[in-house]
Amino acid sequence: MTWPSAPSAFGRRRDPESGSRRRAREEGARGALIAFISTVVFFGLALWAILTSEAWPQVQRQFFNPEAFVEVWPAVLSGFWLDIRMFLGAEVLILFFALLVAMARSLRGPAFFPIRALAVIFIDLIRGIPIILLILILGFGVPALQLSGVPRSPLFWGIAALVISYSAYTAEVYRAGIDSVPESQRMSARSLGLTQIQTLRYVLIPQAVRNVIPALLNGFVSLQKDVSLVFVLGVREGVREAQIFNARTFNYTGYIVAATLFLIVSIPVARFTDWYTERDRRRRQAMSA
Amino acid sequence: MRKLTLLLGVLSLLVAACGGGDATEAPDTTEAPDTTAPATTETAVGDECAVENLPLKTPGQLTVATGEPAFEPWVVDDDPTNGQGFESAVVYAMAEKMGFTADQVVWTRTGFDEAIAPGPKEFDINVQQYSITEEREEVVDFSVPYYVTQQALVAYGDSDVVNATSIEDLKGYALGAQIGTTSLDYIEQVIQPDTPPAVYDTNADAKSALDAGQIDAIVFDLPTAYFITAVEMPDASIVGALPASEEQADKFGMLMENDSPLKPCIDRALEELRAEGTLDALAEEWLTQEGDIPVLSQ
Repeated sequence: MTWPSAPSAFGRRRDPESGSRRRAREEGARGALIAFISTVVFFGLALWAILTSEAWPQVQRQFFNPEAFVEVWPAVLSGFWLDIRMFLGAEVLILFFALLVAMARSLRGPAFFPIRALAVIFIDLIRGIPIILLILILGFGVPALQLSGVPRSPLFWGIAALVISYSAYTAEVYRAGIDSVPESQRMSARSLGLTQIQTLRYVLIPQAVRNVIPALLNGFVSLQKDVSLVFVLGVREGVREAQIFNARTFNYTGYIVAATLFLIVSIPVARFTDWYTERDRRRRQAMSA
Repeated sequence: MRKLTLLLGVLSLLVAACGGGDATEAPDTTEAPDTTAPATTETAVGDECAVENLPLKTPGQLTVATGEPAFEPWVVDDDPTNGQGFESAVVYAMAEKMGFTADQVVWTRTGFDEAIAPGPKEFDINVQQYSITEEREEVVDFSVPYYVTQQALVAYGDSDVVNATSIEDLKGYALGAQIGTTSLDYIEQVIQPDTPPAVYDTNADAKSALDAGQIDAIVFDLPTAYFITAVEMPDASIVGALPASEEQADKFGMLMENDSPLKPCIDRALEELRAEGTLDALAEEWLTQEGDIPVLSQ
């Protein structure tokens, strides 16, 4: 993944400001003012309706309770830190395995049929199984076989299930990227004497990955939340810590804390995805112009 | 190892408060509840607790929620309407005491989370081994306890943990429990193991983790421990009962929405059942309570 190298990528203007542009800017300012006022009024009314509702004191006590916050915060935060580490570890493995599967699926020719078939079977099977079932089956099932040398850790199998599941989805993202590269690229590379693998490695995949970065980032956001599902195996990550507190005290403040932590991580990724997609679109337009 | 013969029926039913009821006087609830019996509004039950005056969710019927699924020995065959299993039997006995016929008792199912969410509830009472705690009482109502128990440790015989004789011996092991249970609180607050306990959605998941070798032992409430080691995991055994002060004892109450006007009537019916010995008798009938199991030392 590439990050913006310098802030100069933002808001650079190429042409001098013309009269029509100034007018447009003034209209934009008026529009912004109207948007601001209507936003304040809309959310103000919504907030007023909530805060004056009869059940609000009860909801506040159960969902936004300062004492509960103080009590639950350390546990949820340390659990969330585990979520982040699981997410980062799993993501690296997913990007790697998914690429292998996508390459297997993109090989041409009758000789590679078994490999293509295996890739398709893997993708179909895994995408068809709810991720929570995959976690439960691998997490409780494999260790129960008591095979020597096979790890038993719920953390290991939880992450393994996530990696397997997300690899199947991500492989399809890569494949869409590979398919979007014009066929002439493949044929040219082959005619230059590159093998199929070399063609994929040096010609198709570099172009494919660039095409699908927004889709991959979308998968990031999704995975970042799904890692918490390993709690079904008894792993005490952030959501589980909030649940434990909730089950003990019947207080939901921990859920709000956990949700906020997830937002703090996922919103920047979402904004970055939008920004990147927009920049990429502009660049392509500039190139084709 | 110090061995004690535990007479948990005695411990469990706050014997100090009740007058030693005679089990033979208790109504027979082993058969399916008698649906033809007319509602008898007992003279002991005042007017405000008469069925027609109770503020019920659905007038004329007592809507009782339990877990999905409901586990033995509390409910037999996941069918609370058969009157079998301790909680099912207690509910029918209580309903009868309040003047309901058995077919006026309507069962519904809720998950743990649904039952405790703020706001109005879809049930009159919810019975699924809810432990009464102060923190919970701030947001819901509980009846007086219908059962009091303690915790027990269950493990497979091939684990070292079966040699433990004290709470101190348990610190180095990987322990697990179901979320929201007194068992979990006990591990965290009393045992305080070196690694935090693993926490599962259900006791069934905790058993899977024990089978998978991911944890060394599970803490259950004692009746569940008896049932599981007798029926579901015959290879596992109760390592020992866990010592608890009276405040730490696990008291099960029926859950109602906060400030429920039903509470005084529910409590009165339960108090009567306890006083006349019915709760004792039902516990004896449905829950294994006596046994030669060791109690771990503090």
